[in-house]
Amino acid sequence: MWKWLHPYANPEVTYHFTGKLIPWFNRLAFSFLAVGLIWALVFAPADYQQGDSFRIFYLHVPAASLSMGIYVGMAIAAFSSLVWQLKLADASSAAMAPVGAAFTAIALFTGAAWGKPMWGTWWIWDARLTSELILLFLYLGVIALHNAFEDKNLAGKAAGILTIVGVINIPIIKYSVEWWNTLHQGSTVSKMGKPSMSIEMLWPFMVTFIGFALFVAVVICIRFRTEILARNSMRPWVKNLVLEQKLDNPEEKY
Amino acid sequence: MQFESFSAFLAMGGYGFYVWLSYGVSALLLAILYFSSIANNKAIKQQIKQKQKREDKLRQAAQQQQQLQQEHENNEVVS
Repeated sequence: MWKWLHPYANPEVTYHFTGKLIPWFNRLAFSFLAVGLIWALVFAPADYQQGDSFRIFYLHVPAASLSMGIYVGMAIAAFSSLVWQLKLADASSAAMAPVGAAFTAIALFTGAAWGKPMWGTWWIWDARLTSELILLFLYLGVIALHNAFEDKNLAGKAAGILTIVGVINIPIIKYSVEWWNTLHQGSTVSKMGKPSMSIEMLWPFMVTFIGFALFVAVVICIRFRTEILARNSMRPWVKNLVLEQKLDNPEEKY
Repeated sequence: MQFESFSAFLAMGGYGFYVWLSYGVSALLLAILYFSSIANNKAIKQQIKQKQKREDKLRQAAQQQQQLQQEHENNEVVS
């Protein structure tokens, strides 16, 4: 049943497969982000209470939900790597950490810049903000562990354990606005299929969100391929590939 | 179109500073992420290439050494 999946456990096959995906993800990400961001900045209506400061929403919410989504993906990869010893799963979880850290930083920063005019403060130590900050530290810890050992497998194990333990933080972030009193507003988009948002705001949000998700796919593919090369540097196919370095070929650029 | 003029667009109804700060810093962080990922990829390829060259040189040197030794032994047998 799962036989079609087997070739992708081979690093060489996966390396070339992701190489073919990158240009497509690249084009799609650019199109979605261009349309979505112009729509969000110019054509979407201003909020009746928050005015034009609401336009930060189109960055803040995609970044925050991707920061959690990437963490879950990274944890699943780390788990498969620890349990089934999948080398590629380890490479992919190492590839995801810096991307997740960047999106967590964006979520925190845009949140602060939105909080200042709306709440009157850049930062407060409430449950949502603090747990998101802990997410950033978890990402930084995972990145540091991946780089702390010369042996990539050992580094992957240490980072994987931290990743899996840190999963506890994800439901805390998600439900913090319901469990504790906070300045942070509740969820507007995913309210059981009935978002409490006008359709004129929901559409640009969806387009921007898909654009950011595709951008994440591009960067993860690039980093994943780098990790594959670093972990297989002694294999003949990597040696041939590096020595030939068909850099003009768009497929082999990254 | 929600804005009447370009300056109104920049002002963002008085929230211009916060809106553009958010968009600017986000764009900067994403650009750093994207370009550092590409630079990292190139650096790893370069590293592997150099390691490869060094190993090739070592292998060649070892072969030469062996050849010289063999010739030397052959000469001894003759004399």
